[in-house]
Amino acid sequence: MKVHVDQDRCCGAGQCVLIAPEVFDQRDEDGIVTLLDPSPAAQEHAATREAAAVCPAAAITIDDDE
Amino acid sequence: MRENDLLRLPLPSDNPLEPPADWERLRSRCPVATVELPSGDKATYLTRYDHVKALLADPRFVRPTAEDAGAARIAPEGAGGPAADGSSPLALPDRGEPHLRWRRQVGKYFTAKRMTALRPGMVRTAEGLVDDVVRQGQPADLKAGLGFPLPVYVICDILGVPAADRDRFSHWSDAFLNVSRYTGEQTRAAYDEFAEYMAAHIAVTRTEPGDDLISMVIKESEGEGQGLTDDELLGTAMGLLVAGHETTANMIGKMVAMLLADRTRWERLLADPTLVRTAVDEALRFDANLGFGIRRYLTEDVEVDGELLPSGTTVVCSMPAANRDERVFDDADDMLLSRSPNPHLTFGSGPHSCLGQSLARTELQVTLDVLLRKLPTLRLDVGVDELRRVEGLLVGGLSTVPVRW
Repeated sequence: MKVHVDQDRCCGAGQCVLIAPEVFDQRDEDGIVTLLDPSPAAQEHAATREAAAVCPAAAITIDDDE
Repeated sequence: MRENDLLRLPLPSDNPLEPPADWERLRSRCPVATVELPSGDKATYLTRYDHVKALLADPRFVRPTAEDAGAARIAPEGAGGPAADGSSPLALPDRGEPHLRWRRQVGKYFTAKRMTALRPGMVRTAEGLVDDVVRQGQPADLKAGLGFPLPVYVICDILGVPAADRDRFSHWSDAFLNVSRYTGEQTRAAYDEFAEYMAAHIAVTRTEPGDDLISMVIKESEGEGQGLTDDELLGTAMGLLVAGHETTANMIGKMVAMLLADRTRWERLLADPTLVRTAVDEALRFDANLGFGIRRYLTEDVEVDGELLPSGTTVVCSMPAANRDERVFDDADDMLLSRSPNPHLTFGSGPHSCLGQSLARTELQVTLDVLLRKLPTLRLDVGVDELRRVEGLLVGGLSTVPVRW
């Protein structure tokens, strides 16, 4: 699994950090998403998918082929 | 209902926890409908998930403001004050680059990590309020005892306002939003008092900063040389109070009522408290009594479902109707406490989605954690049919949530 985030779309809602804190974080200076782990381990996959599905800005995409 | 009857908002439903029967029909047969608002103005009403989400997330459009002269008003002239008619005296940028700048300056205070750091304080506040409720005896109104005070206490902490002034904030917040209990004049008087209080509070905070939101924004803006003005700080404080108090207070009441209305839900949470996180989002999705939606004022033509909506149209996006859309949610009319993912639209979507959603989620999770732990025998003291909606138009809620334990 490969995770991508689009910081220009991000609205800083922080949902991803609440759901998958091992994979996502927010920048202190503006609350915008940062990626802690672009290739999360298997046990993080479910939470990562949930974070992508509920992101209010659709700023998280997941590529399963990479 | 006949096809040619004009729909009037709010739509009727059997009880305050049930969705209006019209939603299902509108989603399947008339997803772009014409409705009449309580003001008598007409608007376009969207009920399907995809349509509501796309319009809410469209960066071109925002809520109507006083400048949008042709926009449909919610309440009749004079009632409801700034929050209802868009004539807010606030200096908050609401669109484009300036909105983005404001949002990022304030939004950084509302990161998930910071909200998690506030959590222990929220737990102590909630426990203290529950202790008071128990001390005063049963039956009790959970909304008055816990739902209403908790979020305003948390907002006061975030703004750095002393505990002694919390009750004044409660009153102002109520006056800003309760369109039926207060006249336009009373709302304006409340606003003047609030503005005077906050101006003094901002001045003190400039000389004696703490670690609250106002202090943080002041400190950072000095560094960047392009920070928020006092008017913008005042607008921010009022925005937080208006957006974060009554909404969360009502949601606490409705969430507990929904979980107790079918007590197997409450028992499932008692048996497995790890479900609290998904249960909170499911309560947010399932809430049929959210208010009638968010308005968007079209400043150019838009096509929705093959229908052309001309520039100048006011659109009401019904998030609660969209949240019951079977095209997106399996078993949409069942409250599934473990539902995941749960991409509900209760906090909106896109660049204007709720700034305080991590705060709201944390408050709701804390409320449930504390109630499950301290009052496991909690139950409704009235039948679901006896629950009553709050008077007022902007924020849907229950007037009281009578409970025993």
